[in-house]
Formats: sequence, C-alpha cells, structure tokens
Amino acid sequence: MSDQLYQENILDYYRHPRNFGVLVNPDIVARDVNPACGDEVSMYLGIENGKVKDVRFSGKGCAISLAASSMLTERIVGRSLDEIAQLKKEDVLELLAIPVSGMRMKCALLGFKVLKLGIVKYLGMEVQSDG
Amino acid sequence: MLQRENLSKFDAANVRKDFAFFEQGLIYLDSAATSQKPRVVLNAMVDFYEKSNANVHRGVYRLAERATQLYENARKAVADFIGADAREIVFVRNATEAINLVARTFGNAVVGKNDTILLTEMEHHSNIVPWQMLAKSKGARLSFVPITESGVIDVSALRHALSKKPKIFAFTHVSNVLGAINPAKEFVKEAHTFGVPVLVDASQSVPSMPVNVKDLDCDFLVFSGHKMLGPHIGVLYGKRELLEKMEPFLGGGDMIKEVDFESSTYNDVPWKFEAGTVDVPSAVGLAAAIEYLKSLGMENVRCHEVALAQYAYDQLKKDPLITVYGPKERLNLVSFNVGDMHGHDVSTLLDQYGVCARSGHHCAHPLMKRLGIPASVRVSFGPYNTLKDVDLFLEALHKAKKVFGL
Repeated sequence: MSDQLYQENILDYYRHPRNFGVLVNPDIVARDVNPACGDEVSMYLGIENGKVKDVRFSGKGCAISLAASSMLTERIVGRSLDEIAQLKKEDVLELLAIPVSGMRMKCALLGFKVLKLGIVKYLGMEVQSDG
Repeated sequence: MLQRENLSKFDAANVRKDFAFFEQGLIYLDSAATSQKPRVVLNAMVDFYEKSNANVHRGVYRLAERATQLYENARKAVADFIGADAREIVFVRNATEAINLVARTFGNAVVGKNDTILLTEMEHHSNIVPWQMLAKSKGARLSFVPITESGVIDVSALRHALSKKPKIFAFTHVSNVLGAINPAKEFVKEAHTFGVPVLVDASQSVPSMPVNVKDLDCDFLVFSGHKMLGPHIGVLYGKRELLEKMEPFLGGGDMIKEVDFESSTYNDVPWKFEAGTVDVPSAVGLAAAIEYLKSLGMENVRCHEVALAQYAYDQLKKDPLITVYGPKERLNLVSFNVGDMHGHDVSTLLDQYGVCARSGHHCAHPLMKRLGIPASVRVSFGPYNTLKDVDLFLEALHKAKKVFGL
C-alpha cells in the first residue's frame, strides 16, 4: 500500500512544491498545525473580484501533507471564493489520487483545513468542524 | 565486540516466547511509548477478576480482605523494586497524573509569585505543562536548563540555575528522544546543597535499568506501569515526610477518615492521595510485571537494551544521509532522520515491512525546536527485542530510502 502512497508525482510535489512561499500583503492568511506530528501549514491568498488571483503556501510536513497542500493551491487559482468554500475533503483526496487512510488522513487534509479556515473567516461564515 | 557479549548473556528470543503479542510476527520497536505485556501479567489480572475481585479497604468479608491484601502487596512490590517504603508509594493513573499531583499539592504550597520552577530542555510535555499551569496560577516563571550540542544537560548551567534557588527542580532521568541518561544522583545532590527539592521523571528509566530512590535521594519520582511490561497504572514515590505535609490532590471516598457535613479528616498517606475506587487489577498486574522483570534481572535488562541501542546507533551513524540525535552513550533508544524524508513517511514505509517505529515530536515540542527539527523517527527496545529485530529494521529502512530515491 505504501508503494502506492509514495507515487512519483507525490514525491515530485514534495521535492518541488508548486506555489511554495509567502505573499506580501495577502488578503487572506491562515495557519494551523497538526498536533499529532508537529506539521504546520500557512496559506496566503490574494483576492481580486471575488476570485483567487494569487496563492502561496509555506510550512513543514511530510510528503503527503506538502503534496496535498501544493496540489490544492494549483486547484484554486482563478476560482471564486464561493466555489472554493464548496470544496470537500473528497476533492482533495481526488487530487492526491492515492489511497490515504487512518492516521495519514490528517496529513492529507491539513492544507485544506487551513484554506477553509482562511476563506470562512474572510467571508464571515461560521466555522464548521467536519474533521 | 562488547555489545555482542552483552547480548549473548541474555536470551531475548526466549523472553519473547513469554509474550503472546509476538505470535503475530511484528517487529515492535516502540517500547519507549508503551511496552508489550507478558502472559504472566495478563494472567495475573484475569486471575484477580475471576477469583479475588472486590472493592478494597471497605468490605469485611474475606473476599474483600483478599482484594485489599493483593492491592497492598502490589504497593509493597513496587516499593521494594525502587528501594522505597510502601507508605511512600501512591498509585495514580499514569506518570502524568503523578506529576500533576505533585504540582497541584506540593508545588501549590511552595511556589509563590515571581518564584522559579526549574526544568530542562529535554522534558516530555508531561513534565512541562503541569508546571506551566502552576506558574500561570501563581505568577511564577519557568526556567529551562539547556542541553549541550552533544545532547546532554549543561552541568555548569544547571549549577548556576540551582544557585538561584528555584522552588523545585523537575527533570527526566532518561530523555525519551535523545536516550541520554542524566546523572540523577549528582543532580539531586547538587540541588539539595541549594535546598532545592527534586522530582525525577523516571518513566524511561525504571523499565530498563535499576533505579533506587534511597540511592538517588530524590524527593519525588514518577513512572508508568505500562512502559515496564505492566498495565496502565502510574506510580508516585514521595518521601514520607513530604507526603505527610502535602494537601490531598483529589477528594472523595477512601482518602478520608471521617466526613462531616462541613469538613473532613483526611486519611493517612498514601491513601490520602487515592480518592475513589482504585484500580486494583492494574496494581496486581504491575506487581506481576515487577516479578517478571526481577526474574530477568534489571542489570541484565539494561545491558541487553543498551547493547541493542548501541548497535542501532553505530549502524545508523555509518550512513551519511542519516542524522542521529543525542549522545553516543544512551539507554535503549535511537532517534534519527533520513535525508529530506519526513519522519511520518519513514514510519509509514517501515510499517509496510512490519516494523513498528514511532515518528513525530515524541511529546517534546520544546526539545524538537531546540534541535531545529519538526519531527524524527525513533526506535526503542524492550527485553524482548533481538539483534535480528535491529537488522530487519535496518533492512526495512534501506528499502524505505529506495522509495524516496535515496
């Protein structure tokens, strides 16, 4: 199973994460940590006309966590905030396209959780905790 | 080789046969987190439930008396094991609860505004957070003795910190990340010359080496049954005269002598600190674990586990891609990182090859920050681990590196 987990593209995203870095004066910034492993992810979004114009993420994490965050940033560029607010964890798992289970689920979803936190706060919505 | 000689004296493969757990063929290298239990421990607990189960210190029927006897015999067994008197042993849920008990009672009495509580940079969260909570409530502050580059306590910094007369000094006997064994006896002696009381977190030492509280002369010492082949029960040792002076921790049944509507008279030590129905089967299981460890011989257990850790350390050190943390001289564990691989990824891959190894921050965030790493992988050994286990782990690690192209 782990061989399936560590596919070529996951390792590629881990070693060369797309959109890795920070944005100066972002409209949205959010950060969270995974207390189980000490991983942390920050997301920075630049918004224009209700859409994501630019996005960066930074932090420390395992291959699964960094690859998922990076893929997620690519997925949301140019998308409207409303659309992003509708994203579900299944969408993130679909991006990863690897069999994530159990303890590693938190790694896969850390970036997504941070993104949601930032968007929800920005839109003034209520935070829903759905794991 | 010295290590091999130590190993040959101890028949770990035979020890392993005493554990039903190992029949599933796992290579378990996480004993610093929790140990596996031999059949004699599990049987002792089942036997208690099937033949002697009753609440203790209450009923006058013979069964209740037998249960009480077994519970108090377990206390005596624990006391003998670490060189204490039975009245100095308090059963708690775990080592964390034992530290909280001392912080909330002894700490609450001796720590005041602007006072200092002295800890070290290599503490487990359980020996940090209870003191942070106390410091916050009292307006006191925490001070941390630094570790050197090689991963041991900076002794001159410790001496200087003690000379400032902190109200208590709490430190770990053995680091659960670095494996370093602190010279506890010297530390206690040094602290006492400045009149500083000492708590020793012996969670990692008591399971793997001989520990004697009279020899250490520490004021408090805590450890967990589940890390020493026993069930989930904790132990607090405290010097009798200190326990006598301390206020109770939790209130309830069994910790009182007389209860009136307005006030109560508290029970004698150690029962004063054991409110409510106690965990008799776990105490009985712990006594069985101690009996088992004594049959192996704690000196033998130490030699064996040190030899395994030393072998793993030497092998890992040979690989330029691997960073090993802590001093060469260590007890029974090795923490490391491999190239740019995250600990979780290493652990997930090792798991695929049947090796259970811990990864993450090991409940020691401040130490990980000090080392400048978010996580590490840790292998730790028990009396049931063999040299072959270490070789299989090294083989699995080699395969894990291949997956990451290292």
